[in-house]
This record gives sequence, C-alpha cells and structure tokens, in this order.
Amino acid sequence: MTLDEIVAAIRAAHAGHTPLRLRGAGSKDFYGGLLAGEVLDLSGHRGIVDYEPTELYVTAKCGTPLTEIEAALAEHGQMLACEPPRFAGATLGGCIAAGLSGPRRMQAGAVRDFVLGVKLVDGRGQVLNFGGQVMKNVAGYDVSRLIAGSLGTLGAIAEATLKVLPKPVAETTLEFACAADEAVRRLNDWGAQPLPVSAAFWYEGRLWLRLSGAAAAVDAAARKLGGKALADAGRIWEDIREQRHAAYAAPVLWRVALPSTAPALAVDGQRAIEWGGALRWYAGEVDAAAIRAAAVAAGGHATLYRAPESLRCRIDPFTPLPPALLALHRRLKKVFDPAGILNPGRLYAEF
Amino acid sequence: MNVDASSRCDPATLHRRLRNVLPPHCLLVEDEDLRPYECDGLTAYREMPLAVCLPENEGQVVDVLRTCHQLGVPVVARGAGTGLSGGAMPHAEGVVLSLARFNRILKVDRDSRTAVVQPGVRNLAVSEAAAPFGLYYAPDPSSQIACTLGGNVAENSGGVHCLKYGLTVHNVLRIRMVSIEGEIFEIGSGAPDAPGYDLLALCIGSEGLLGVVTEVTVKLVPKPELAQVVMASFDDVAQAGDAVAAIIAAGIIPAGLEMMDKPATAAVEPFVKAGYDLDAAAILLCESDGTPEEVAEEIARVRAVLTGCGARDLRVSQSEAERLRFWAGRKAAFPAVGRITPDYYCMDGTIPRKRLAEMLAAIAAMETKYGLRCANVFHAGDGNLHPLIMYDMSKPGDWEKAEAFGAEILELSVALGGSITGEHGVGIEKINQMCVQYATPELETFHAVKAAFDDKRLLNPEKAIPSLHRCAEYGRMHVHRGELKFPDLERF
Repeated sequence: MTLDEIVAAIRAAHAGHTPLRLRGAGSKDFYGGLLAGEVLDLSGHRGIVDYEPTELYVTAKCGTPLTEIEAALAEHGQMLACEPPRFAGATLGGCIAAGLSGPRRMQAGAVRDFVLGVKLVDGRGQVLNFGGQVMKNVAGYDVSRLIAGSLGTLGAIAEATLKVLPKPVAETTLEFACAADEAVRRLNDWGAQPLPVSAAFWYEGRLWLRLSGAAAAVDAAARKLGGKALADAGRIWEDIREQRHAAYAAPVLWRVALPSTAPALAVDGQRAIEWGGALRWYAGEVDAAAIRAAAVAAGGHATLYRAPESLRCRIDPFTPLPPALLALHRRLKKVFDPAGILNPGRLYAEF
Repeated sequence: MNVDASSRCDPATLHRRLRNVLPPHCLLVEDEDLRPYECDGLTAYREMPLAVCLPENEGQVVDVLRTCHQLGVPVVARGAGTGLSGGAMPHAEGVVLSLARFNRILKVDRDSRTAVVQPGVRNLAVSEAAAPFGLYYAPDPSSQIACTLGGNVAENSGGVHCLKYGLTVHNVLRIRMVSIEGEIFEIGSGAPDAPGYDLLALCIGSEGLLGVVTEVTVKLVPKPELAQVVMASFDDVAQAGDAVAAIIAAGIIPAGLEMMDKPATAAVEPFVKAGYDLDAAAILLCESDGTPEEVAEEIARVRAVLTGCGARDLRVSQSEAERLRFWAGRKAAFPAVGRITPDYYCMDGTIPRKRLAEMLAAIAAMETKYGLRCANVFHAGDGNLHPLIMYDMSKPGDWEKAEAFGAEILELSVALGGSITGEHGVGIEKINQMCVQYATPELETFHAVKAAFDDKRLLNPEKAIPSLHRCAEYGRMHVHRGELKFPDLERF
C-alpha cells in the first residue's frame, strides 16, 4: 500500500463523510472506545525507511511490525527503550497511536518521549510532516508528540521516526517478598536514589525489580539492595511487556495511573503494580464510578483497559475530561479532521 | 498576523482598564519603566510595549488576560527575558505580562521526586531546593542561573545534558495554564499518561502563543554520585565528528558530549584558562555520570573509543574542581566570544551529526563570503550547533551581513536534514526561516492549532509561526525541506 493510496482513501472518505477505522495489525482493537467505521487497513504500508544507529533514530512506515524494527535495532545493540507491547504483530503506527509503553517507561520514558517526527495524513487527506530525524527541534508546535496516544483520531500516521537507545550492557532481576503497600513504599524510596532501576512489578506478594546499566553499577546495586537474584528473568519481563503474565488474565481489567506515592485506593481488586508504583491494575467486579472517583481523588485516572463489549458499550474507556478541556479537544479534532471521519468515538464518545 | 488598525486600543483606555484589575505597583506605563522590557536576550530586536503588567496571583493573570481579550490587545508573556530568539520582545500595541513575581517554590517532594513551582522560579533554584534530598532538575540551559521555569516551558529548553536526560518536554509532568479568555486548564498530572490528547507536548515549546503558565510540576531525578569528564583533542573536525559517532556506536550515551572548534577554544582559553589544547582543530568534552563503578567503566570505554578515533591528546578530570574547569570554558564560550568582538550573533540549528564536517566547511566558506568570523560550539551529542557570528553593530551593514550569514546557516541546517532551532526557539528571529522548514499545509495547521487556543491571535502575535503572507513576501513558498527551486539565486 502506498502513501498515495492512503491519501486517496482518506480524501474519498472525507468527501463522502464516511467514518474510517484506521487499523494496523488490530492487536489493540480491545483498547479505547468501541470500533466504528469502514476499516482502512494500513498494515500494507510497511518497511524501514531509514535507520542510522549512530544518529540514534529509526524511520519506518506505519505498517512495519515492531518485531521487524527491533530485529534491525538488535543487530546494532539498540532497542525501543519505551518497550511497547508487541502483542500479535503490533505495528509502529499502532504503537504510536495507542501510546502504550512497557516496563521500562518510568526510567526511559513513554512512547511520546521517543517520537521525533511523523508524516501524517490528516482527515482531509493532506500529507503533513512534523518534527524530523534530529534529537532537538523546537521549530513549530510539537505536533508529532501530540499524535502519540491520539488513537488515530487526528490522522493516519503514515511514517514515523523514533529515537532509539543502546541496550544496557548488563541486566539483573531481584525478587523480594512484600505486601503491596510495602512495595509502593520501597519503590519510591529506591526511586529517589541513584540506583539503576529499569522496571518493577508486584504481584501476589512478590516484588520483582530489574536493574540495568553498566555491569559494575548493576552488581553494586544488587549487593546494596539484597533480595534474591532471579535466573532467566528476561522471559518474565517479556511476559509483563506482552501482558501474558497471569496478572493481566482477567475479563475486566482496569489500568489505574497514579502519582507513584499514592496510597492504595479504597477499591477491591488490585492485581498488580508497575512503573515504580505509578501504574496499578485492578480486575474483577469493580464499580466503574467508584474506581474513577478514587483514582481522580488520588491525583490520577482510571482506564477501562479490557472488558467485554457488554461493559464497553456502557462505560467510557477513559476518564472523562473537564468541560473546558473537552471543548479544547473538540476544537483540535476539528483542526485535523473537520469532517470527524477518523476513528470516531475511539478516544471519547464526543468526537 | 497584524492587529487590525481600526481595532487598535488607545493607551489611555488600556491603562484605565488595567488599573481596574491590578494594584498600582503591579502596572508600569511610563516610558522609563517600560524601557527595560523592550527586548530580551536578542538585543538586536527592540519594541516598546504600551504597558507592563506584573501580577502577583493567578486571579490577576486571569483578569489581565480577560481585559486584553475584550479590548483586542496583544499580550506577550515574559519570564526573565534571557531568551535568544526575541520571543519575549514586546508588541508595539500590546502588553507585556511579566511572571517575575510568581517566584515561589510551592512544594518539593522527595518520595514522588517532583517539585511544584511557579513560572517565575529560576531554573537553578529548583535544583538548589531539591539538593537536600539528593535530587535535581535535569534540564540545564546555559542561562540556568537566571532563566525561569515558565520560560523553559515556553521554549522547551535543553542544555548540555539533554541527550541523556531529555529536554523540558521530558521533565515536566503538569502545567496549569490560563487561556487568553481567562479560562484555567490543568494539563498533564502527577500520574503518567494523562487522558486525552498530549496537550503537554503541544504547549511545551509553544513560545507563549497558546496560553500563560501559572504553575509547573517538574520531575526531579537523583543526583548522580559522581561525574567525570574526558577531554580529547583532534587535528581535524571531521575526525572529532567521527569520534562522536563512534561513542554512540559503542552503546554509550554520555551525560554530556560537547565540541568546540579552534576559534572557540582560542576565544575561551585566555578568559577561563581551562587548559584547552589550542593547537587542536577541535576538542571534545565527554562526561560520564552515575555510581563510581559505572563512571569508571564508562570512562574506560570512552577513552578506548577516542584513542581508536585518533585523538591526539586525552585528559580525564581527576577532581570535581578539574571537571568544572574543563566545563568552564564551554559554559563561558558565549561571553568569551563577546570579549573578542563588539557583537556576536548566536545560531541554533540542528543537523544530523554525520553532516557536521560538511556544515563546518560551508560555514568557513560563508566567513569568506560575508567577511565575518565565526566560532562554533556544538552540542555534539544531539547535533545542535551554535555558530557565533562575530560582527560590529556600529559598522554600517555589518548586522545585515551577520543576519544573512545566520539565515544561510539555518537554511543549510534544513537542507542537511535538520532544523532551524534546537533549543532557542523561533521567536521573531527565525520567523522567515520557518517558511523554509515548513510548507503551507503544515503552517496552516499550526495556525489552526493556535486558533483552537486563541482565535483572536492575541498571545505573542507575529512570533514563532509566520503568516502565509509573510512567507510569500520572503519569497520562499516554493522552498521545502531544502529543495531550493532557485539554488543559485543569491539572497540577502
């Protein structure tokens, strides 16, 4: 599939006011509002366009599978440091559109932090280039980062450039036995010290801590922290990144983002803790209004991450925006997609 | 976009309306009081405003903005005025809104590693307040003793450590912003991945065109236990550029990676006595930070790489005092150049690092073409070049030559695959070169984004994003991404 074909499809949809559902591999179809519109399959627009290991960037077309990009990076000892989930064949475009980051997020940054530039086809079918391939670029508004996490509502990401980083020389994982509150306390205490913590995961009374960096630094930190060193930990972090771990196996899963120090919510069903305490997963029969209210009161927000359609059609996936912010979102949506044809309702029901 | 002459507000009305919402000591209207605000760090561009407002609380900010919105009066927000692109230069028919009195650090929290500060707080003051907890605020623009967090947010400021620690956009978690209509927005939060569009990314670096920031929550990071710097000298700038690529290829992301060419070290050394190798064509400063074990390991690898790349001399700082001395020269590069020339003009383009030698050769040719000297300092790690063009404002025609010299460097930055500005912002200075970097559809999108926040275009008008009319006048609507339609045409 060529850029011209994407442009033609969006132009036609714009002219005919036909809602489109932008789709890469469809690996995150479960995420966000209910799917609507005619599928515009972007998976055929694929391939790495440019990869410069010493310039620390990779540019690829939207349909390129993350695994293909990561295989190319691995040949030069580099990685996508935000560790986005790959699920079943996730593509670069979908990765940026969903903005979901993995275990290394608190140390390395989120997907948006690595976006250097995008080639966007907006809702009129215009091809727009924002950002570029250089690390620093403050000319014009930072539209490329605005696109990250916008769930395809502002345009089709035809091509994108991400910053890449070297893989750490050494990695080790420690295991501690502790309750959830104690895990949160420890994670924040460690976070405030110059320790090479690159990921954390708490589940059923066990806390796993990954250390990454220079071999000497990892060793020194492991000696300081104690705990039990885990063999074959790479697989554990892969399972967490891909959400294959038992913690995520629930028909209804809430993703609650909080300030890392927030005390436990007065809501039952906490399953797992990630990101140094800033990401907490809840499962089971959770009252939507109660968990939202508790998350907001604690300074965060709650996302209905995964749920059967019977629930998804009743509950907004994302925490509702205050009226002034919602109005601003609608105005921005109109800038990029005046006819409202791109992924309607995927982010918020209102647009 | 010019403010429509027919809707121009007369100064007396504006002053009367502002007196209704501000106490007397928060409003300046006399010429002698306005004069200090006529420019920012880019002194070549000056304008006198109709008034300067110095609100003391958010309610007053809201009232000033509402008043200006009702009267159709432009508003230019200002922090410390250290910016180098004229972003805080006043508008002749407008008001300067100084956030200087928003100078309180509201909270520093060790456990969540965050600080909540007002926009007039100085960058360095945040790190000083966090120091007792072993934490600091990472972005460190060279003006950090004076520049404010509000200005950093407006410009998406960087610094010498941003390859490893990121820019302002990577280190700010939340802002509180007042729109031109006086509406208050909370953008981002202390929790990750705020719902909805990433407005934080959109607003950071928006150069005061979208709103006025009244509060900022920043991320603090643990202060590394140790930092050491390797200083390497090279006989050839291309070789130094290759050494930078080799460090990255070896899987090392240094805490800082800076380059200076011979004219820069020559200017700096008599001033700071940093011990630079004055015979070298270029010197590299490569900093490693972390635990002592980590630093020792990384420094050993850096030394091996640099030796392999043909460094003619290598020195590793043996004490904190020596490390600071090595850096002192780099940090004093601008004032040092200021000592050897009546005036200098600092550029801020970014380029892919591999194009460095090409860029420096082109700059050398431009020195001959314009008859002006140029010293180059380079944030080599992230490709951000600061050529310092030396000129004499008192010499007729010299400034015009310097401006044309600078414009040519910026346009070449775009042609080489880079950007006209890495960290100083577009402001008024690079407004014409925006027409080179972006084509009409992108510029139209920028204007539409602006209108979504400020449909009367009152916040910092005529800055950052050029009107299409302006680009047409500049004669560059046909130029995009360096594809000059008439590459041989001389332009002054």
